[in-house]
Amino acid sequence: MTVLVTGASGMLGRAVAVEVLDQGYTVRTFQRGVSGLTGVEDARGSLTDAGDVRRAVDGVEAVIHLAAKVSMAGRPEDFTAVNVEGTRTLLAAAREAGVGRFVMVSSPSVAHAGLSVAGDDALPADPGRARGEYARSKAAAELLALAEDAPAFAVVAVRPHIVWGPGDTQLIERIVDRSRRGRLPLLSGGRALIDTTYIDNAATAIVAALNHAVTVHGQSYVITNGEPRTVAELLDGICRAAGVPGPRFSVPARLAREAGGMIEAVWNRRPHADEPPMTRFLAEQLSTSHWYDQRRTRADLHWQPTVTLDEGLERLRAWYHQA
Amino acid sequence: MRTWHLLDNASELAAAGRTPTGTILCVHGNPTWSYLWRSVLSATVDAARSGSTQVWRVIAVDQLEMGFSERSGRTRTLAQRIADLSSLTAELGLEGPVVTLGHDWGGVVSLGWAVDHPQLLAGVMLLNTAVHQPEEFPLPAALRLVLTRSLLATSTVRTTAFLDTTLAIAHPALAPDVRRAFRAPYRTTARREGIGAFVADIPVDASHVSFDELTRVSAGVARLSVPALLLWGPRDPVFSDRYLGDLMARMPHAAVTRFENAGHLVGEDVPVAPMILQWLADEFSMPAAEPESVHAPAVVPAREYRALWATLEERAADTSAAVVEMAPHGSNTRSSVWPRNRSGAGAGGSAQGAGGGSATGGIRTVSWRLLARRVTELAAGLEALGVKKGDRVSLLVPPGADLTAVLYACLRIGAVVVVADAGLGVKGLSRAVRGARPQHVIGIESALAAARALGWPGQKISARTLSRTLASALGVSHSLADVARIGRATLRAADAADSARAAQAADSAQSTDGTRAADAGRVAEGTRTTQARGENADGFAVLRVAVPVPDDTAAILFTSGSTGPAKGVVYTHRQLSALVELLRDRFDIGAGTGLVAGFAPFALLGPALGATSVTPDMNVTSPKTLTAAAVVEAARAVQATVVFASPAALTNVLATSGALTLPQRRVLGRMRTVLSAGAPLPVPLLERFQSLVPEASIHTPYGMTEGLLMTDITLGEIVEAEHQAETEREAETRVARAARTTHASGTTDAPSAAIGGVCVGRPVAGVEIRISALDELGRATGSLEQTAGVTGEIVVSAEHLKDHYDQLWLTDREATRGTPSAAHAVGATRAGGDQVEGEQAEGEHADREQLDGERAHREQADGEQPDGEHVQGEQEDAEQANREQTAGQRPASRRWHRTGDVGHFDTRGRLWVEGRLVHVVTTAAGILTPVEPEQRIERLGEVRRAAVVGVGPKGTQQPVAIIETAKRARAVSLGETALVAEVRKVSGVDVVAVLVVPELPTDVRHNSKIDRTALARWAAELLAGRRPGRL
Repeated sequence: MTVLVTGASGMLGRAVAVEVLDQGYTVRTFQRGVSGLTGVEDARGSLTDAGDVRRAVDGVEAVIHLAAKVSMAGRPEDFTAVNVEGTRTLLAAAREAGVGRFVMVSSPSVAHAGLSVAGDDALPADPGRARGEYARSKAAAELLALAEDAPAFAVVAVRPHIVWGPGDTQLIERIVDRSRRGRLPLLSGGRALIDTTYIDNAATAIVAALNHAVTVHGQSYVITNGEPRTVAELLDGICRAAGVPGPRFSVPARLAREAGGMIEAVWNRRPHADEPPMTRFLAEQLSTSHWYDQRRTRADLHWQPTVTLDEGLERLRAWYHQA
Repeated sequence: MRTWHLLDNASELAAAGRTPTGTILCVHGNPTWSYLWRSVLSATVDAARSGSTQVWRVIAVDQLEMGFSERSGRTRTLAQRIADLSSLTAELGLEGPVVTLGHDWGGVVSLGWAVDHPQLLAGVMLLNTAVHQPEEFPLPAALRLVLTRSLLATSTVRTTAFLDTTLAIAHPALAPDVRRAFRAPYRTTARREGIGAFVADIPVDASHVSFDELTRVSAGVARLSVPALLLWGPRDPVFSDRYLGDLMARMPHAAVTRFENAGHLVGEDVPVAPMILQWLADEFSMPAAEPESVHAPAVVPAREYRALWATLEERAADTSAAVVEMAPHGSNTRSSVWPRNRSGAGAGGSAQGAGGGSATGGIRTVSWRLLARRVTELAAGLEALGVKKGDRVSLLVPPGADLTAVLYACLRIGAVVVVADAGLGVKGLSRAVRGARPQHVIGIESALAAARALGWPGQKISARTLSRTLASALGVSHSLADVARIGRATLRAADAADSARAAQAADSAQSTDGTRAADAGRVAEGTRTTQARGENADGFAVLRVAVPVPDDTAAILFTSGSTGPAKGVVYTHRQLSALVELLRDRFDIGAGTGLVAGFAPFALLGPALGATSVTPDMNVTSPKTLTAAAVVEAARAVQATVVFASPAALTNVLATSGALTLPQRRVLGRMRTVLSAGAPLPVPLLERFQSLVPEASIHTPYGMTEGLLMTDITLGEIVEAEHQAETEREAETRVARAARTTHASGTTDAPSAAIGGVCVGRPVAGVEIRISALDELGRATGSLEQTAGVTGEIVVSAEHLKDHYDQLWLTDREATRGTPSAAHAVGATRAGGDQVEGEQAEGEHADREQLDGERAHREQADGEQPDGEHVQGEQEDAEQANREQTAGQRPASRRWHRTGDVGHFDTRGRLWVEGRLVHVVTTAAGILTPVEPEQRIERLGEVRRAAVVGVGPKGTQQPVAIIETAKRARAVSLGETALVAEVRKVSGVDVVAVLVVPELPTDVRHNSKIDRTALARWAAELLAGRRPGRL
């Protein structure tokens, strides 16, 4: 079986492509540049180009769709173009090409309205209530994908929550960098519980969704390590692994949310190269709990995380030690 | 012809293709309408649609002149309303079986209909209502005000005041849309005429037009034998608990549940619909789901019944000490029932004083002889003051001679003593006393002041004699000294009469009938004793009061209230007697044993045990005020060898033992038995205590208010058990570790934390214990088993187990769920009614017949005769024969009780308690009981106390450790990295967080019991990133 993995240049996309390959499938990747992976066929192109997309899906039996615009700031139309319209294009092309399975990699933020989550299972995606452009566009994309679900076109949505691992530039590097500069605060003591996903676990879960798509199609699953920790402990653990000091001060969460809102406004008016230092979304994420009921996920996907949080941190430490 | 508005779910049932089992006929009160029953309608339809076994049609009427029914302009009396309803049901062609459901004055109308339709009637259900206005009591003030002629029309018709007030008393307040709906039919003055007329129809006295009809209904209700359910909200300004008491007296077989926080609109305050359906399901279904068969002797090997006062009676001439008080409150002995010290002798020898009662230097000693005499006098006096058998007497007197005397006096005359711990606090105590509705309250001043202030019911008797002003201010009619004096006078008068009669009887013994001769003979014997001793009789023979039978209710003991409002636990004489015999056997306590009684429930049994009990100098409401010196002084006074105390008390004894002198230590060295009753104590603490009492065996039995002694274990046995468990655990860990290396990940496929807990030993003689295993959501759904290593709810059975909970049908139901004594299996205890049953079985309706058949079947099971097929199939004839032939008695088969505790048996048959059921953490990987990991965490040097709680939804909870550090933390914080790592390591639990707090909250009464439920709520808030309230 040939599997198309979109967005294979990102950390998670690469890990998924490798996992698919490891499980004995033929892999084709789809991204702007080269994937840099060996043993895979690179189909380069853009999601916004229907022709590129049609060529990419030609002859594949399954699609794992990870490609997305991921950012905390940016113009809404850019998110829509890639995340919503790109997904629409891919879905149409895949159906046309006779693809049988479609794994939509989504995010728990598609169902998150800014309140704490403590042990909820995956709730329906809701673009109207999602916080921030990224989450809004991903929510719309997930709904599009699930709407296309049919017995002959098995769509499964998986939502890995806060994926991290060695070499992660999105989250880990930013935390470490901030901490190194003494600019990593805790919000209200960092007491909120957050569940994260070690990269390897996210990859195996996504491939498990591909393998069981025929029985679980039409469903959404949140993927996590199933080991919630307080934000303080997580940040401390990451900083320790990287050999930098942990967070040394705390900011009231309410203040951070307000500041985030202002910074966001400024960033949106005058786009910067870098990501904004704080957004309302980020402040909410760092000060409210986010952990999920994993029972259905594990039972339906016949999947268990293989790397514990502690082991993941140990691998992170080893990686920084090498670097 | 009248036009009615009514709600009927018949078409929905038909649409769902279901045929009704029967009909619930709902009658609202004033000023509501059928909307009141909306939840019953929807619940029955939902149940029918989801395929429930039973299908109930619900007809909820709007009474004429009310709701959306016709305004005929006529004033309807009670009789008219009952007739109205009857013609409606006739018109509807209503067939049986019918269960009525009424609220407020609709309750009376529904009962009137019930009384008039015995052919159709299958049961009655009532929410706050009344069928009788006792003449001796004034109408409730709230109603008196409304009834004031000038106010009546204004408040009920011209304005919406009455309507508004009624709707305003819901707890919590009604939602705006619900309130609007209740008001909808009563928008105009004209539409409210019925409200005023209804209020005016309340029969305030015999001259009222509806009085006779009310009397007819209330008399009819007393003859009803169909199942009855009373759901009651005590926070009702009109239908107070007094009316509940009246209804219960008329229908003693009724299942009753009081919802402490609910009021008049109990149907709005609590979800009554599911309870109603549950009750109907229990009452009107074949016992198809056989209760779990339990491999245990079905009948308790009955101990020989020995009246609780038997020892007192036997030792009525004994001048040695029975009860010693180290520091009686108030030194004015004239105000007490006990005579002034005449001997002046010190402790121990003082009992030899002529009066047998002495108070020296704060110590009061009461001999057996004096105690017996006082009990007799108080019994006679209480009886003379109208305390009848079955009357409830609330005793609000601290442990000591007064309480002992009045307690045994009550027991002897068959009055039911209501005992609630002052440790409940005024609020808790008030709830308990009011809820129990005692006819009499005997208390110390502070209790009587509370009784006055909080309006507790009942005749008030003061423990000590009060000044006339104070007595009148507190509404006190008599003091205990008065009661004793009245008793003495009564006895003397009776003696005199008896002497005369005895002389006569001796002359004409042949002519008297058997009973009287025997009676006279007994009296004569008593009289002879009296004469021989010269003064009052020793012993109780002179008492003319009937002796209560073993299965009469003896006492209602209130639970600590650590989980919700305190519950009244009902004990019969037989059950308490069994407890006494058990204590005597187990701890070898008997005549001559000196007992330091620092734990009230057992202390009161001292006289029954024949022990000399001494109450040490301490604040009884606060066990931790017991000092080592106080124990020594108390022990010295009676040469005690046994100490009963709560864990908090023992902890403080140990803490204050440093100040003891050598001679004082020697007194402790004489201790043979130390019993710590209540929460468990850690072994190191017990070991340190052992050094204080080197010769004593320290027992830490397991029990609860519902069953005071279930298992027992000594310190030595605990140490052995823990050692064995540790060894086995290590072996298991090795195996597990080996297994884990073969699987890449072993994190979640099995509950990882080793089960442990507190070893409480083996069941004591006559006690059976089973475990009902927990499912993944922490519900005790397993059958009753004894399999070692299985964790579940601890379910106990014993002769000395409680009889039932007072007015808590739902709690009773849960406490016996899945056991052979489940209400479902044994049937609700139902008094009499066999004859009426025969008449009712003539009903024509097929369903009706089936229903009757089922009920008859169950009642036969309840009944006395062992012939026929018994539900449980096991019944011991000898035991049957022994039992008293009283109505409403249940078979003496084993009673079972779900303790709400979780634990397991080890392979050696020892029970380990792992915590409370409600505190079980339900993780995705399995259930986790808190006690074991907590104990392990507490072994860390920096930790003083620990609590493990779960946050998140059941089944996927995350464990959290909350820690009180040895060095008191100044504020709440997250544990440091190193501490967190250590906690995870030692506990074996992957706690998501460690929270360090200045102090863990403990429940009101047991200083040692951590309120994990509150902690879990708090931790969930904090870890959600919200600001939690105060801890």
